[in-house]
Amino acid sequence: MIFVELILQGLIQGSIYALIAVGLTLVYGLLRILHIAHAALFTLGAYLGLLITNATGSLALGFLVAMVVVGIAGIAIYRFCYHDVLDQPPHVALIASVGLFIAMEEGFRLIWGPTSISFTEPPWQAAVVLGGIQVKTADLVTIPLAIVLIGGLAAIVAFTRIGLAWRATVTDPAMAGSFGIDALKVRYLNFFLGSALAAAAGVMFAILANFVEPTMGGVPSYKALAIIVLGGLGNVRGTLIAALMLGVIESFGTIYLGWAMDRDAIAFAFLILVLMVRPQGLFARS
Amino acid sequence: MQYEITLAVFMGINIIFAQSLNMITGFCGQISLGHAAFYGTGAYCSALMAKAGVPIPVCILAAMAAAGLFGLIVGFASLRVRHDFLAITTMGVGFLFIGIVRQQDFLGGEMGVFGIPGIVDDKFQFMVVVLVLAALVIALAVYLKHSWLGFAFDAIAQDEDTARTVGIGVARYKLTAFVIGTALAGLAGALYAHHVKFIGIDSFGFVESVTVLSMVIVGGIGSIWGVTITAAVLSVLPLWLQFVSDYKLLLYGLLLFVVMRFSPDGLDGLLRWILRRLIGGIGRRVMADKA
Repeated sequence: MIFVELILQGLIQGSIYALIAVGLTLVYGLLRILHIAHAALFTLGAYLGLLITNATGSLALGFLVAMVVVGIAGIAIYRFCYHDVLDQPPHVALIASVGLFIAMEEGFRLIWGPTSISFTEPPWQAAVVLGGIQVKTADLVTIPLAIVLIGGLAAIVAFTRIGLAWRATVTDPAMAGSFGIDALKVRYLNFFLGSALAAAAGVMFAILANFVEPTMGGVPSYKALAIIVLGGLGNVRGTLIAALMLGVIESFGTIYLGWAMDRDAIAFAFLILVLMVRPQGLFARS
Repeated sequence: MQYEITLAVFMGINIIFAQSLNMITGFCGQISLGHAAFYGTGAYCSALMAKAGVPIPVCILAAMAAAGLFGLIVGFASLRVRHDFLAITTMGVGFLFIGIVRQQDFLGGEMGVFGIPGIVDDKFQFMVVVLVLAALVIALAVYLKHSWLGFAFDAIAQDEDTARTVGIGVARYKLTAFVIGTALAGLAGALYAHHVKFIGIDSFGFVESVTVLSMVIVGGIGSIWGVTITAAVLSVLPLWLQFVSDYKLLLYGLLLFVVMRFSPDGLDGLLRWILRRLIGGIGRRVMADKA
């Protein structure tokens, strides 16, 4: 029974990771930038979702506002942070992104205070017994939510005109540009959708843990970086598989490796181990 | 006077620490987001040995050896992965380091190690020791940069594949850079441990790694004087401006962002640009006079 429970917990955690990591890997696929500040968008989403839910009592509104506002914030980050350093060596964008992330985290601390905030009425707390395992409704919601959101993203990419333009730009930016595709519009869309998913992950994380704090973005997002590297940078399918895998490995690792290292180190131990064997990640594109 | 001495000691330690990363990231072009792990290795190693009664110079040498050995292992990773992958791998090394130390009781776990003996009782003498060591490290950096080793590092930093094509043993030089850089980080860590006399795992996390990287990058990657000045200024800035201390990280973050966004070559690049403008201006005037 404990195995089933650990796998379930792992998949729930993995779904959150997947929602964060998809945005990161999309940004990498399009621009070859490691978008560390994505972590701050996750935190921003969690704050907005929680504060709006507390103010209005509507969780749906919380999700909606968080996703839209954070999506726009993502576009702003692209425009003001990355747009003008694209032709610089890759470490420039990386460090600028780290700087922005730290500054944003501190900004949250100054605005909303260093201590954590909770829901006044935590949603989805009812316990459900499922085949002998007791779980919260929130746990059960996480996985379908991730499937719906990522499925929606996949549908946009697969079936819309802008999705087509997006795929063309990722494959060959110069060629896509010469066919009249507006690269800027594609990038804006990319950042909007990726950031909105991170915001959804943030709200969901806040519901599961029932708190938000300024530094909450750090650890899940560093792990998301590990995940996109494992998935073969820029590879969306690989990223999803790696996210779920890491979630499960962590939940088992916490039990069986807890004496040697803490939960957060397990992800990176796994990452380093994999990279030593396959430097291009588990699911690299050829 | 006590206060100024403490400031000078922190400046010295940070200069050593920043120069150690500058050798890896600046000279050899291998970006590291986990340099604090080596700083921590040096600190823990020296602290525990000194508490066990080993003479302190031996402790410090052992700390450098331990950090260098750890660096050699991570250096092997740099042979497997490159660029962005390396940045993430080194970040992982940093998290692995704190994740493991936190769970080990003999390393103090969450509580940290306290009651670490000092090097010399007199604060002033200690400051002199640290500053002399910092000067030696700067001298070593200058020497390295202009040696064959430094040229090979530079070639690798510029273009690894081309360097390999012209017969530079890339693997050997990368490992050398990692070992020298991390051993010096170990030295900085050991000095830190003997200075503050208490170390906890929080002093060696991701924020520390980013802070030292910011010193290198704001100074100008690979620029010895730029990194020295930035390390000195950034290490005393929060102490000088006590009112800033609450905003220290905000300041660091914004500084990193602004420098990368507007002057990607850091202080060094900025000064070169100003010089070029000045010389260009003079040049134009001379030309105008001739005409």
